[in-house]
Amino acid sequence: MYRYDEFDAAFVKDRVSQFRDQVQRRLAGELTEDQFRIHRLMNGLYLQLHAYMLRIAVPYGTLSARQLRKLADIARRYDKGYGHFTTRQNLQLNWPSLKDTPDILDELASVEMHAIQTSGNCIRNVTADHFAGAAADEIDDPRPYAEILRQWSSIHPEFSFLPRKFKIAVTGAARDRAAIQVHDIGYQLVRNSAGEVGFAVWIGGGQGRTPMVAKKIRDFLPAADLLAYSEAIVRVYNLEGRRDNKYKARIKILVHEKGAEPMRLAVEEEFAARNDGRLRLPQSEIDRIHAYFAPPALAARGARSNAFESRKASDAKFRAFVETNVAQHKIDGFGIVTISLKPIGGIPGDATSDQMDVVADLAERLGHDEIRVSHEQNLVLPHVAVDDIPAIYDVLAKHELATANVGQISDIIACPGLDYCSLATARSIPVAQRISDRFGDGERAHDIGDLKIKISGCINACGHHHVGHIGILGLERKGVETYQITLGGSADENCTLGDITGPGFSYEAVVDAVETVVDTYLGLRSDKTEDFLTAYRRVGMAPFKAALYEKNPGADI
Amino acid sequence: MPQVVSANRLDDGIVVFVGRDRAWVELLDAARLFDTKADMEAAVAVAQKDVAANRVVDIFPFEVKISGDTVTAVALRDIIRTSGPTVHRDHGKQAVHG
Repeated sequence: MYRYDEFDAAFVKDRVSQFRDQVQRRLAGELTEDQFRIHRLMNGLYLQLHAYMLRIAVPYGTLSARQLRKLADIARRYDKGYGHFTTRQNLQLNWPSLKDTPDILDELASVEMHAIQTSGNCIRNVTADHFAGAAADEIDDPRPYAEILRQWSSIHPEFSFLPRKFKIAVTGAARDRAAIQVHDIGYQLVRNSAGEVGFAVWIGGGQGRTPMVAKKIRDFLPAADLLAYSEAIVRVYNLEGRRDNKYKARIKILVHEKGAEPMRLAVEEEFAARNDGRLRLPQSEIDRIHAYFAPPALAARGARSNAFESRKASDAKFRAFVETNVAQHKIDGFGIVTISLKPIGGIPGDATSDQMDVVADLAERLGHDEIRVSHEQNLVLPHVAVDDIPAIYDVLAKHELATANVGQISDIIACPGLDYCSLATARSIPVAQRISDRFGDGERAHDIGDLKIKISGCINACGHHHVGHIGILGLERKGVETYQITLGGSADENCTLGDITGPGFSYEAVVDAVETVVDTYLGLRSDKTEDFLTAYRRVGMAPFKAALYEKNPGADI
Repeated sequence: MPQVVSANRLDDGIVVFVGRDRAWVELLDAARLFDTKADMEAAVAVAQKDVAANRVVDIFPFEVKISGDTVTAVALRDIIRTSGPTVHRDHGKQAVHG
């Protein structure tokens, strides 16, 4: 894992004392709310529906046991004993007080964490594949590059007041687990014909009220040019992006209005004009950062573990857990364990302090001290010996962390929605809970197979509904919650935006509508191996629309 | 419909309401009801002094309805804001005050 050097430590410490001073001045009345707001937002502190909310950065979704324990401790002592992991791989606390926030930030700094740039019109926390460093299909670990981007973008003087927020994601494999095509910049690690590592570059993706799939503007960018090229992209955006209308200020609108090819040319021109070597990454520096992310010394074990196999043979629940929650590791005899934060009927992404402690203990004892936060709001133990998976499962099961549903219908992304968020127009969490209760994690869910449901409580799309296989958008019409359904979205390497089925459904009716969609899929799939998305792409909207509206004319909100 | 005037307390962000004696209170039941637009606007103007005095932020009025002794917000957003998350009945004002 990356460890702060003296510069990082001093920088974060300085920021905490700067914010402590700003909070004191605010509480003393020396700063008005208008003057203070930008300072609190730049430190991740929002004022939400019930109280303040602190968004803590988990850079590229990587945590050590010590860090996760600290998050648990902070949530217990300064909040209400739980936190919410988000689609940006961050952790949100829903009830901190303003006066405690400087102390919380001090606590975070003690474990090399912070909340800097988790809000504001700047380059936000850089996200990455949650299987980084462990996935069997990986070309290179994306985290060193995400860390280089983090260092470059932190309080970058030119890019601290962009037209709007700016999100970068990095993935290390052809299979996109980081949703890069719905980011402002998506970097995909690739090899060129000479075998060198570099990036395919995508820009202009995003969700919100005007969803766009990113455009590829480079097939291969040498790794050494990562910062120079990023600077060129963000500079063109900073100069040409709209500042007259916040709803048209993201880079996706610039790319759309200017056109992908003219935008590519503008970036290339900027890159060529200023690429004087100043930002060229020396290989020694890339290697130095890479060294922090060196995989643990995992001695290859036998491909078969007797303890694991016999437990699988004798315990159907364990077998189901392995089938859904364990992914192939790059080294024989190891696995990647995803810990679902989606218990049936639970709140997607929430974990209690006690659960965080349990995961930290497991990571320390049996997981080489590494934990990941996924953008799908789960936790991951990326380096686990297959021999140890039964023991890990037993501990997880005791703490409601062993739900065998990763990738299935109840593994739902949901934003906080109207239960917490001041921007939301409808609730999203209870819709997710009801869908989860309806389908469960048993035989029926298993039969349905891979199906990603994503729910947002407003048009800002924090719940990624545009790229859900089934997306649900909560809106308010004449004072009543209504839910629009989209089908066929996907955030992977074949990224697509979902199509709206038609008129929305009431809060009461939306789960039935989802069930109608699922039953329609089950009735038309060619066989059990054809998953929902494949079937939708084959047959299109018509049969789903017919099932939803022709047989159910009440859906007219 | 009557209205109440709400804000967030500066130091902890908790939702508060202008009370019957004009002091800030945490419970909607203890909030002062304003039956006319003029009364509500006058209350907002007074409350703005507490914004200037750095006691509260984000003042805004919202509609309530009265049923017997119970006052409830009309809009779902305000109902949730005045009681707590519907998915965590153990948090927010509902946890303490039902």
